[in-house]
Amino acid sequence: MKCFDVLIIGAGIVGSAVARECALLGWRVGVIEGGTPAGAATAAGMGHVVVMDDSAAQLALTAFSRSLWRAESTKFPKSVEYEGRGTIWVAADEEEMAEVGTRQKVYEEAGIAASLLTAAELAKQEPNLRHGLAGGLLVPDDGVVYPPAAAAFYLAEAKRLGAEVFYARALSASHKQVRLSDGTELTADRIVLAVGTECDLLPALPIQKRKGHLIITDRYPNFLHHQLVELGYLKSAHKVTDDSVAFNIQPRQTGQLLLGSSRQYGNEQPEAEAEMLRRMIDRAKQYMPALEKLSVLRVWTGFRAATADKLPLIGPAAGLSEDSSLWLAAGFEGLGITNAPGAARLLVDGMLGRESAIDATSYLPIRLTEPARLAHA
Amino acid sequence: MPKLLSILINNVTCQVAPGTTVAAAMLLAQQPSRISVDGDPRVALCGMGICFECRAVVNGTSHRRTCQMLCEDNMTVETNS
Ligand SMILES: Cc1cc2nc3c(=O)[nH]c(=O)nc-3n(C[C@H](O)[C@H](O)[C@H](O)COP(=O)(O)OP(=O)(O)OC[C@H]3O[C@@H](n4cnc5c(N)ncnc54)[C@H](O)[C@@H]3O)c2cc1C
Ligand code: FES
Repeated sequence: MKCFDVLIIGAGIVGSAVARECALLGWRVGVIEGGTPAGAATAAGMGHVVVMDDSAAQLALTAFSRSLWRAESTKFPKSVEYEGRGTIWVAADEEEMAEVGTRQKVYEEAGIAASLLTAAELAKQEPNLRHGLAGGLLVPDDGVVYPPAAAAFYLAEAKRLGAEVFYARALSASHKQVRLSDGTELTADRIVLAVGTECDLLPALPIQKRKGHLIITDRYPNFLHHQLVELGYLKSAHKVTDDSVAFNIQPRQTGQLLLGSSRQYGNEQPEAEAEMLRRMIDRAKQYMPALEKLSVLRVWTGFRAATADKLPLIGPAAGLSEDSSLWLAAGFEGLGITNAPGAARLLVDGMLGRESAIDATSYLPIRLTEPARLAHA
Repeated sequence: MPKLLSILINNVTCQVAPGTTVAAAMLLAQQPSRISVDGDPRVALCGMGICFECRAVVNGTSHRRTCQMLCEDNMTVETNS
């Protein structure tokens, strides 16, 4: 039986980032992928590297992770398509403009550059937005990446440092033993579940699937310069029950436009739905009427791994499992691309018992276990 | 012989017979329909609206499938980059 210091199950962007981080320590690393590496949520996602301030813990993790992306941005291969495009949060009316002011203060206190745009400044930055919008908040240091290529880069780095990849499904993972679908048995001191939305190895994982649709257009260079997100996005992304759509558009390096996004619970069918696509396009046209004339090349769906408090599960599986060899890096909802490098650091810090750059307790899986929840109630 | 149509392909005036597709006119003029992401010039391939290789800018609108369009007098056509 082959022995490792750590076995990572799942080669999405999160598992790949964790693999590299572990390999950098000189550990013997094994990665197990049952499908295509980076072929699940990571292939479906938008690749917006963005600071979000839903909660203090989310702000801390996204800001930390974004700083890691930025620090490495000049070292990525071209395929990663990293661009520091910046985000503009678009305010439709005066009420949303008031919110822009509040957010700017939050960002400022956290040391995140963010500047107010008047209606005229917004129109100048993005001439294809309709007239009559109230303004916006420009967050210049946010970025855009091509997620599958970023994940492939992390995995290639891990392999270069000696990691071994097994292309088979893990059928069981417990007490330092992993059994693969091709009969291979592996052993390691630590097993990391970086399984995205798949909970069969640990049914106690408190993760729900949240479906999303995306649309990509043909190439229209210079049509768009920043990633634009409607401020109402926060309202709609927060709703835990209803289906929602929000205007969210990203310029790709090829000149293509990636248009998001929908959020749906309780729908585990991967099919693209005409009704959701129509709602997304209608919403987008309310902000950018000129989209009407562009042609769409492809649409697809993906599943976010949602948790009850919208924060990921990073750390030992304690509370969800008695097995002290199990570690989790899952539940990244709509921010797993952004948060992958930060999560990898926090997880490895936890394994080494080393202090982290940010307080890691908010992301520990144990917070979502019954006794912990009751204690907080 | 019916009157020839006059169209502008990449700023050069070309005369074509009525009934000529825009894709055919671009081939006659030896102009690529589009430039791929990697910078390669492309021309019409399938001629029947499936492959999208013949996309070009027609009267200012980009990504028109030129194999599915007939030339009209005074049309402007440009390589889509
Ligand atoms: C529509 C949409 C838009 C998004 N936009 C953004 C965005 O703009 N910015 C952002 O930061 N995030 C975004 N996200 C979220 C982001 O895509 C995900 O959070 C991220 O990709 C999760 O990565 P992961 O590695 O955890 O999961 P995945 O990519 O799903 O990888 C999990 C892997 O584990 C493997 N696996 C599971 N179980 C087993 C097993 N038993 N044995 C072997 N292998 C197994 C799977 O095959 C899979 O490859 C978006 C998501 C969606 C759906
Ligand atoms: S040549 Fe194939 S679509 Fe026009």
